[in-house]
Amino acid sequence: MSPVLAGVLQLLALIAALALAYRPLGDYMAKVYSSDKHLRVEKWIYKGIGANPNTEMRWPAYLRGVLAFSAVSVLFLYLLQRIQGSLPGSLGFSSIDPDQAFNTAASFVSNTNWQSYYGEQAMGHVVQTGGLAVQNFVSASVGIAVAVALVRGFALPHSRLRSSGGTPIRTGELGNFWSDLVRGTVRILIPISVIGAIILVACGAIQNFSGIHSVDQFMGGSQQWNGGAVASQEAIKELGTNGGGYFNANSAHPFENPTPFSNLFEIFLILLIPFALTRTFGRMVGSLRQGYAILATMVTIWIGFTALMMWTEFAHHGPAFDIAGGAMEGKENRFGVGGSSIFAVATTLTSTGAVDSFHSSFTGLGGGITILSMQLGEIAPGGTGSGLYGILIMAIIAVFIAGLMVGRTPEYLGKKIGTREIKFAALYILITPALVLIFTAAAMALPTPGNSMTNSGAHGFSEILYAYTSGANNNGSAFAGLNADTQWFNTTIGLAMLLGRFLPMVFVLALAGSLAEQKPVPATAGTLRTEKPLFTGLLVGAILIITGLTYFPALALGPLAEGLAS
Amino acid sequence: MNNSVTNTARLLWAGLRALLVLTVVTGVLYPLAITGVAQGLFSDKANGSEIKADGKVVGSSLIGQTYNLPLKKGQETPEPDLKWFQPRPSNGLGTNSVNTQYKLILSGATNRSGDNKDLIDWVKAAKAAVIKDNSVNGYTVKPSDVPADAVTSSGSGLDPDISPEYADIQVHRIAEKNGLPVAQVQKLVDEQTEGRTLGFIGEPRVNVLELNIALKELVAKS
Repeated sequence: MSPVLAGVLQLLALIAALALAYRPLGDYMAKVYSSDKHLRVEKWIYKGIGANPNTEMRWPAYLRGVLAFSAVSVLFLYLLQRIQGSLPGSLGFSSIDPDQAFNTAASFVSNTNWQSYYGEQAMGHVVQTGGLAVQNFVSASVGIAVAVALVRGFALPHSRLRSSGGTPIRTGELGNFWSDLVRGTVRILIPISVIGAIILVACGAIQNFSGIHSVDQFMGGSQQWNGGAVASQEAIKELGTNGGGYFNANSAHPFENPTPFSNLFEIFLILLIPFALTRTFGRMVGSLRQGYAILATMVTIWIGFTALMMWTEFAHHGPAFDIAGGAMEGKENRFGVGGSSIFAVATTLTSTGAVDSFHSSFTGLGGGITILSMQLGEIAPGGTGSGLYGILIMAIIAVFIAGLMVGRTPEYLGKKIGTREIKFAALYILITPALVLIFTAAAMALPTPGNSMTNSGAHGFSEILYAYTSGANNNGSAFAGLNADTQWFNTTIGLAMLLGRFLPMVFVLALAGSLAEQKPVPATAGTLRTEKPLFTGLLVGAILIITGLTYFPALALGPLAEGLAS
Repeated sequence: MNNSVTNTARLLWAGLRALLVLTVVTGVLYPLAITGVAQGLFSDKANGSEIKADGKVVGSSLIGQTYNLPLKKGQETPEPDLKWFQPRPSNGLGTNSVNTQYKLILSGATNRSGDNKDLIDWVKAAKAAVIKDNSVNGYTVKPSDVPADAVTSSGSGLDPDISPEYADIQVHRIAEKNGLPVAQVQKLVDEQTEGRTLGFIGEPRVNVLELNIALKELVAKS
């Protein structure tokens, strides 16, 4: 069997596995966020928090919950790293410097997991397991909560899908943030992570709390090993589209991703929730076909990008790869070009940023595909929750464009898209490109940031463009030749991650509130049928054109220049 | 004003309590439960898949090693011990001062792009060395015989595997250096070659440490 055919079969197996999980998981998640019953363990947790899970929140209250929880999380994680040197279970590692601790705290709370540190040389058990991995759960849960709040904005008031213990819902109410946060963690993320972690250990991922110790080698001498709760962190790292590796080599490290099967399984975990949320969406707005139209858009982009990536990586253009006879630099033998290409696209089209191979050593065009994937806004299928709300914003833009063409006030899912709604959507899609391009331009204009580049020329520029694209889109992967542990990069990427995560959430929740206050308008003969393939085509086009026009000049200077030269 | 300060404080207090409770659940109970199950059911794997030769631990089947001669005086990099199968290059983190080449205190890739001059030089040098080292009496390695993995570094810098093609071109050298028949060494490589999982997942590969352990046994027997 040729490697190309094996790669295609792996992709097909992945599609089949995701398809099998789609309905049960999507329906289950809809039930989780619609049920008015609380589990006993959840009641204990609410008691610990001191919050009443049945209080309905309007959008400002919901947003305040998101921001308060996240602000406390940043501060807690920052302090935990700053006192690491005096904590037990830290493997002798010292406290993290202020700029790097800020960057890492911002990174994990914003679901980015950009890492300017080397995991096995910097972070002990307490920070990894009790700090970073905790954010892997809760930041993912916050993302889903915000997406669910937006979906409720569309669904209200004509369908009651709420946990308010029987009291009638007033317009404008979006649910309870604490309840959504806890349910997402307890009922969705933990159960799947438990299964995932055990499967990963069965493949060979390590799971222990031993310290750094020496193991003898074949030729004499010894290797230094880190222990760690790796499998448990790896499972939620992928499932929550986080991506922060326990080790510096991330999912290329054999202790994180030991076999070809574990590789495919990790890709499955990355894509599982973001795809299934379209079913949840369809269920909650009362039309599964609306969910399928969104799903079809995601799948079209995902498969198209994966095919392009396989093509360019198997073709391996580039001077060094021509001499080597293949683009195997930065790739593991057990995954090969096929498995690495599928992983690279899945991780950048979601907000994951885990890597099983190093994107900086992909072909020029392959590296460009990873950058473009993030620049689409990570919506195919995107991060846990952030993917769904991102693509719903694009759907609103697409409906608006279609409305302009025929001269009608646009509507989506029975809600009018008026001035207020389109303003929030427009602000949402402007914030990330603004962060990426302004910070990239500043870094290129200043004298010192360029010293962090490993490669020169177009690829050096790509390293910096990649860094801010990854940060502002909350991805976390890198063209890792860039030495990002400088005050400049720690600070600016830290800011890009926080602003790129929480400003869009402000606009999403404001939009949700605005939608929730509207009475639905009945569909007429002139209504754009958003559950039809025509709309899927329109949406794919809108996504590609809007992103393409925004980023084309920057892409032309970096990956396109490199790719076309080789 | 006063009211909003109180409200903000109350909200942050709720946020902190939520974080602490969820930290206990996801940062303490969850990893401990997984560790318990892992140590109970798969303790070998959970502790790093250690592998033994002659009753002595010699590494992990998941982590690559070097098979070099002891460092001679005045040498900066040791020479490969050509008696043993050789792994992929590991140029690690390149200019980083802690590039450790399979010592596992720091994993990582070179991150060099396809048009990077260092990478082009490394690949050329590696290719020349693979051809020279493996061309022995009556067997010449052609440049087109050298697979890509033999001249490139992996993502982790710890790749435990080589491609079957890279193992194959080492067979004649191994046979000559160890005084074994070529057919016997080739048979060993074939036995140690692992195909794709279920026939299509991943790529065929040979675990270098397991192969060298088997080779050591073969040499001891003959």
